[in-house]
Order: sequence, then structure tokens, then C-alpha cells
Amino acid sequence: MLLVLVAIVVLVLASVRNLFAVVVLSGIYSFLMATVMVALDAVDVAMTEAAVGAGISTVLLLGALHLCKSEEAKPTHRPWLPLSLSLATGVLLIYGAMGLPDFADPQAPIHQHVVPRYLQNEVQVPNVVTAVLASFRGYDTLGETTVVFTAGAGVIALLRRRKPRKGGEEGRG
Amino acid sequence: MIEHFSYIVTVFLMIAGLYIVIARGNLIKKLVGLSIFQTSVYLLYLAPGKLLGGTAPILAPAYGVYSNPLPHVLILTAIVVGVATLALGLALAVRIREVYGTIEEDEILALDHRIEEAEEQGEERRA
Repeated sequence: MLLVLVAIVVLVLASVRNLFAVVVLSGIYSFLMATVMVALDAVDVAMTEAAVGAGISTVLLLGALHLCKSEEAKPTHRPWLPLSLSLATGVLLIYGAMGLPDFADPQAPIHQHVVPRYLQNEVQVPNVVTAVLASFRGYDTLGETTVVFTAGAGVIALLRRRKPRKGGEEGRG
Repeated sequence: MIEHFSYIVTVFLMIAGLYIVIARGNLIKKLVGLSIFQTSVYLLYLAPGKLLGGTAPILAPAYGVYSNPLPHVLILTAIVVGVATLALGLALAVRIREVYGTIEEDEILALDHRIEEAEEQGEERRA
């Protein structure tokens, strides 16, 4: 299914050494992920992922590739240590995930806590995601804006020391 | 097993991202791996919020069952923050490339090592 397709794209992505192909594959991956999100009823998130994850991220990566070399060097040592470390982490995580509630279980705690109140349309906005984002959890959004501002300031500070180098594409983040 | 399928895919994406971050020396590849890791976290949050037979959480009189809106809000924030950190990481990579002429981790470490050795030799000659 869709999730298997996502997994295959990631496998190819890990093995390809041409960085341009990696960037294109990560764009494909983002669009597939947006489709998965639509299937999970997260339409707002899917829209953001398609616009930001597949759009702006790809532009940023291509901009960075333009300034760097686009071929990855051959790995010098065998990747046994990272591979075994990741696999061990994976086994632990799957063991932990088996204790989580079943997929789409309506009795799971996540559906019982604050969400019934959110769905009562207290703030008169039919799109609940917007209502929670802007009203119930407005401070989160303020913090997010702060992070984005700080990152933008950091990018400008990092890239403006040499005038002839063009780093304009990174400044948009 | 099948009711935990989404978790298994999430864990697979997570360890794939982790593996790319640890095993690959190229800084841009590392950042792509980091964003795969991030996306697996999005999936981890969104999958439990889904209800079978539910619709997207936009209130309408014709529907009664909605998927959980709270993870959507949290992940909306996470995506934007993720892109901000990606931009910052890429800016760092570009700066490193300007100074060292490469974005391969091994070569950068070798250059650092050579610089340190040269400094030590210079001090010995002065002494």
C-alpha cells in the first residue's frame, strides 16, 4: 500500500549517492507523505506538508546543492556499527509500540481527554484545527513564530559575511 | 500485528533516518536523513488520531465522527519548525563548504587534524 511505497522510496534514498537524485526523491517522499496524511484525515497537515515539505524544503536543498558539490563521496568504512545500532533501536521501539493502543481504537486515551471539548465548536470556527491553532493553543503558534524568526536571523547571520557569494535562496526559510 | 502496522512503518522510517544521519558523511545527506526522521514523528502523532469512519475535523451537520484535531495542530507547528531548522542546517553546510571546500565529514575532520598538527609543529620550532 501507500506506506510500503513510502518505505521503498526511503530505501532507495538511503542507497543513492547522487545528491540531486536524493533531493528529488525527498520531494517525492514528501508528496507521498502528504497523501498518507490525507488518508489519515489530516487535510490541513497534508496541505502544509505538500507546500512546505515538498516545496520550500526542495527549493532550499537545491539552493544548497547549487553552492556545494552534488556528488557524495564513497563511504570509507563499512556501515556495520550504524546499521546494528539503528536495528537495535528499531527492535526496542517496536517492542515499545506493541504496548500502544490499536490503530483507530475509539476508546484510546487520545480521543477521551480534551478533544470532546474542542469538537463542541466553542469559538464558532467550523474548522477545528484552525480553532485549536489560533485560539486554544495560540501560545504554541507564537512560539513557532519565534523559532522561525530566530532561524531566519541565524541564516542571514551565517551567509552574509561574503558579499559575492549568493545565499539569497536560503534567506527565505 | 495488523493493528500496529502504522507503528511498524513509523519505526522503520525512524531507523532509516537515524541510519542515514549516523552512517553518511555528507552533510546534505545527513540533513535529508534528519527530515525523514522528523516525518516519521509526524506519522507517529497522526496515526493514532485517525478514527475509522471519521472525517477531517471540519464541523458539518451531515457528519458526526471526526478524527482527532489535536495532533494535526501539533504537527502543523512541527512542520514549519522543521523547515526552519533545515534552512539553518543548510546555511551551516554552505558556510562549512566556503571555509573547508568540502561538505564530507571525513575530509573536514582530516583537514582539522592536519591544521592542528601544523600548529603543534610551529610551536615546537619556536621553542
